[in-house]
Amino acid sequence: MLVEDHPYLLILLLSAAAALFALVPLGLSWLWAKLFSPPKSGPDKNAIYECGLQSSGDAWVQFKAEYYLYGIIFLVFDVETVFLLPFAVSFAGLPAGAFVAMIVFLLLLVEGLAWAWQKGVLTWA
Amino acid sequence: MMDGRLRNELSRQGIVTITLEELYNWGRKNSVWPLGFGLACCAIEMIATSMARWDIARFGAEVFRPSPRQADLMIVAGTVTKKMAPQVVRLYNQMPEPKYVIAMGACAISGGPFKQGYNVLKGIDRYIPVDVHIPGCPPRPEALLHAIITLQEKIERQALTGPERPRHLLADAPSEFPAPRYGDHDLVPSNNPAVWQPPAMQS
Repeated sequence: MLVEDHPYLLILLLSAAAALFALVPLGLSWLWAKLFSPPKSGPDKNAIYECGLQSSGDAWVQFKAEYYLYGIIFLVFDVETVFLLPFAVSFAGLPAGAFVAMIVFLLLLVEGLAWAWQKGVLTWA
Repeated sequence: MMDGRLRNELSRQGIVTITLEELYNWGRKNSVWPLGFGLACCAIEMIATSMARWDIARFGAEVFRPSPRQADLMIVAGTVTKKMAPQVVRLYNQMPEPKYVIAMGACAISGGPFKQGYNVLKGIDRYIPVDVHIPGCPPRPEALLHAIITLQEKIERQALTGPERPRHLLADAPSEFPAPRYGDHDLVPSNNPAVWQPPAMQS
């Protein structure tokens, strides 16, 4: 038996059938459109859809991403507080591993604070 | 081509015969997808038509599409102001062929009670070809359903060959209708001469 000799043949057959199942209707509808509904294009039809209004300007404009600074500083202060409070409460009974992990976490956040400080984000007015 | 008598005889014996054209048009007429937009109060009646009481889904036309790319039918439901007319024409241009237009209500077909006003277009048929006009201010949902049925009859009758075939099968038929611009005093041009000519003055 062919299938017993090549156990993966069935999978191959099934995937071929699956691909045909997807591609044949697509091809048929393409043929149908070609025969019965030839494309009629024009500048308006190919234009960007803007509820009937003409689109103005280019879509490739720069957006200002200054909000990321607020995001980082919020993370430093807010998330640090959330973790520092339970850390302080259970400080006396902590094993050495947990202490080191917490310090590493704190140092990572402090590094962000130092970076923001050095960038001059913390001075305004 | 099968003659009518043989066809009758066959159908009496329980054999349905149909041409490819009839099958194609049967599918087309029962899946008319309108473009979902309303311009004024007629839109409220259009919305009522799509709801359970009048149930436009019985005619296969309940799928209101939010994009002209997927719509077959434009129901111009309400007053077309001159400010809005270029947008309506542009939306019509963005719909794929074959496409149909129902002008719903007195305003869409003629300007209605605002006909003498300075800012209302006196009928959308000045710029785009309208298939069915519905009078009324506003027309009742039954009138819109009647317009859909009338449109379905029109689609059913459209031969796919010959000079009367739908516009998308005519190679030299225009694919787009020019949208008017805002001029100093009025829309420029004030009508599309290929679609609509002002009636001649009676002397």
